[in-house]
Amino acid sequence: MKVLMFGWEFPPHISGGLGTACQGIVKGLIHHDVNVVMVVPKAYGDEGTERFRLLSAENVPVSSSGFYAKKLKEKLRFFEINSPVLPYIHPDEYEQYFKSLPSKTNPGSLGDPGTVSFRFSGQYGTGLMTEVWNYALVAGEIARTNDFDIIHAHDWLSFPAAILAKSISNKPLIVHMHSTEFDRAGENVNHQIFEMERQAMESADQVIAVSGFTKQIIVDKYHIHPSKVIPIHNAVEQLQEAPAVKTGKRSGEIIISYLGRVTFQKGPEYFIEAASKVLNKDNRFRFVMAGNGNLLNKMIEMTARLRISKRFHFTGFLKGDQVGRLLSMSDAYVMPSVSEPFGISPLEAMQHRIPTIISKQSGVQEILRNVIKVDFWNTDAMANAIYGIGSYTGISNSLANGGMAEVQSLSWNNQSKKMKNVYQQFVA
Amino acid sequence: MKNICLYFQVHQPFRLRNFPFFDIGENGDYFDEAANIALLKKVALKCYLPTNKLLLDLFRKHGKDFRVSFSISGTILDQFERYMPEVIESFRKLADTGNVEFLSETYAHSLAALKSKEEFIRQVNSHAEKIETLFGQRPLAFRNTELVYADFIGETVHEMGYKVMLTEGADWVLGWKSPNHLYSSHVHPNLKLLLKNYRLSDDIAFRFSDRNWKEWPLTSDKFINWLNAIPEEEEIVNLFMDYETFGEHQWTETGIFDFLEEFPDRVLRQNFEFITPSEAAFLPDKGHLTIPYPVSWADEERDLTAWLGNDMQQDAFDTLYELEDKVVNCQDVQLKKDWLYLQTSDHFYYMCTKHFSDGDVHKYFNPYESPFDAFINYMNVLADFSLKLDRDLVHHKAFPPQSFKEREKIPVSQPGI
Repeated sequence: MKVLMFGWEFPPHISGGLGTACQGIVKGLIHHDVNVVMVVPKAYGDEGTERFRLLSAENVPVSSSGFYAKKLKEKLRFFEINSPVLPYIHPDEYEQYFKSLPSKTNPGSLGDPGTVSFRFSGQYGTGLMTEVWNYALVAGEIARTNDFDIIHAHDWLSFPAAILAKSISNKPLIVHMHSTEFDRAGENVNHQIFEMERQAMESADQVIAVSGFTKQIIVDKYHIHPSKVIPIHNAVEQLQEAPAVKTGKRSGEIIISYLGRVTFQKGPEYFIEAASKVLNKDNRFRFVMAGNGNLLNKMIEMTARLRISKRFHFTGFLKGDQVGRLLSMSDAYVMPSVSEPFGISPLEAMQHRIPTIISKQSGVQEILRNVIKVDFWNTDAMANAIYGIGSYTGISNSLANGGMAEVQSLSWNNQSKKMKNVYQQFVA
Repeated sequence: MKNICLYFQVHQPFRLRNFPFFDIGENGDYFDEAANIALLKKVALKCYLPTNKLLLDLFRKHGKDFRVSFSISGTILDQFERYMPEVIESFRKLADTGNVEFLSETYAHSLAALKSKEEFIRQVNSHAEKIETLFGQRPLAFRNTELVYADFIGETVHEMGYKVMLTEGADWVLGWKSPNHLYSSHVHPNLKLLLKNYRLSDDIAFRFSDRNWKEWPLTSDKFINWLNAIPEEEEIVNLFMDYETFGEHQWTETGIFDFLEEFPDRVLRQNFEFITPSEAAFLPDKGHLTIPYPVSWADEERDLTAWLGNDMQQDAFDTLYELEDKVVNCQDVQLKKDWLYLQTSDHFYYMCTKHFSDGDVHKYFNPYESPFDAFINYMNVLADFSLKLDRDLVHHKAFPPQSFKEREKIPVSQPGI
């Protein structure tokens, strides 16, 4: 069986959450004898093996882009190239991105007569909608000239591509929802993205959601029939080496960490509110918020207003080994997300034997037992859990040991097997 | 001649209220009275009252031939007295027939035997007094919480003058031996041991309504056939179960009451007799049993891991009993009572993290969403309790000696299992 896959990220070129998940899925599929061609906007040279090819959309000359464009316009309503949309970031961050990225995406250069190659940044920049559009045209060409059994597309950036590929090849389409516009933007959804997601799911033969939580959003907000949506949870890559020994901590202090973007979706203010409740009762605790985002300044002001700044620390964005260091100092990890389709970060904390508290508004909580689950708005319960972990050794041991064992049992191979089963329903 | 020994466990804990850490040191109380009343009423109406009524009818019908035994914890007796005295009254009617033996247990349905001999003895004695006051008979047979038994517990129970004790017929204890004999403790051969036949007991208590079970539906005739199939030389079958089996674990609709109603009649038509534990103590003794590690009636493992299997449970258990000397020196009646109720084994059961096949049973009446919630809530209560205790001791200038007694560590599961 051969699957044509569309995604915007794939390691090592971009290693966000989405790319990491795609990599896990692909590895698992290969393990189960499924051949994969993964199309990304930009890869540095085609790479691959017999079973797996990573295809850069830049390197595919498109023969009749006008035909594909017409076809795509028929299939996909409400598509505007000129709207500058940034999918995973808030408008406030827009300016920073605008400055940091090349200002224009190259519309493409003429190669052979009648064919055109597109240039992609592969980033989440200002020309994003143009790139999404061009990427779809490339997908049309790939779908016409390649042999495959099924199409599998990851998140909305690849959905126009997937829709066009399906209409040209008539092959079954699996749409994989790693996050929805409602998770990313709260109630301020971008209607164009919403429409792309909705139409892709409408035209799909099956929708895979990364959790039951996400399935519910798909059913409630996109009105997709529940029978069409199957939840298949993410997994996590196992650590190659043992986590670092706990270091660098002053004795008697209890360090509670938050790691992630400081944005609406992640619920940083609930973490601060819980911290304040704990510190009002007990000053053995220190709190660390690591990460960047459009709410960072507001959060710094909030801790000052609550008069907890001397025990509440902001680190900004942390790089790879710094993350490990912070985790190794931490006594507990908190993920207070308001809406988290899956949420991989608690799994990483658990791999480091850190007792973990996660919000019930997350997909990952559906598969975990050895964590404490609270509603994100219930800062009393969050504070109580933090206090308990910091005060009673029995629970920190239970959560650390149980959590680590539990995460070791999650595997991409199992999850990819479920995806292969989905494929088999549509491929004779 | 075969003997059938029926024993029913009657118990409910005092469940804790939600006790967030904000409340530590705020002089609040610990127990969720509304939930405890509501659950007691529910179970009383579904099980205790109707089953007592049925038993009373059966005693009238069969006279002295039908006999059963009860172990009723002190915590549920306190709840009955406070919230539903009519249930005490209905047990008293059963007691008055003379067909019922009441067993001895720890007042708080606690695991004190594993931690403090002194506290264990205090609780067993206060429970025996309570039973005598309410039902007019001093218990002669002993049943420890969750049927927990080990040689060192047998020793204490023997010292207290009991002649017979009930425990679990776990495979790892018996090996090739049958549970259907009377045994004795190897430390004190005068202490007889009655072992639960867990297959036949659990057929009624757990599997009765299980439609996936190949023996469903279980009729009294079928059950009698199984009893008949037991070899002639095996003289006693111990059917031990929660009293809530009738009407609560197995609903009326499953036919459990019909089963119970027919049961004595079917048994007595065979060459069988009903017997109570202290009567059974006079049967011929089939030899000594050595049980170095504690056995219990819980889960597949039949050890202590349901209550003391993880770090949380052990931390909570140790923290609780570190307070013992202070409680003994404390003057406050309410604090003494609180400490008693905090010892109830259910609090530790709620902290159990063994999921898998036992999960359903563990969820039963569990007020917590997770074992972690259960632990944090319990520890917050203990932290507050400890503060109250210190205040009382300072007030009465009655601090105990500085060092607490070091107690032996007790293995919660058999090594190598």
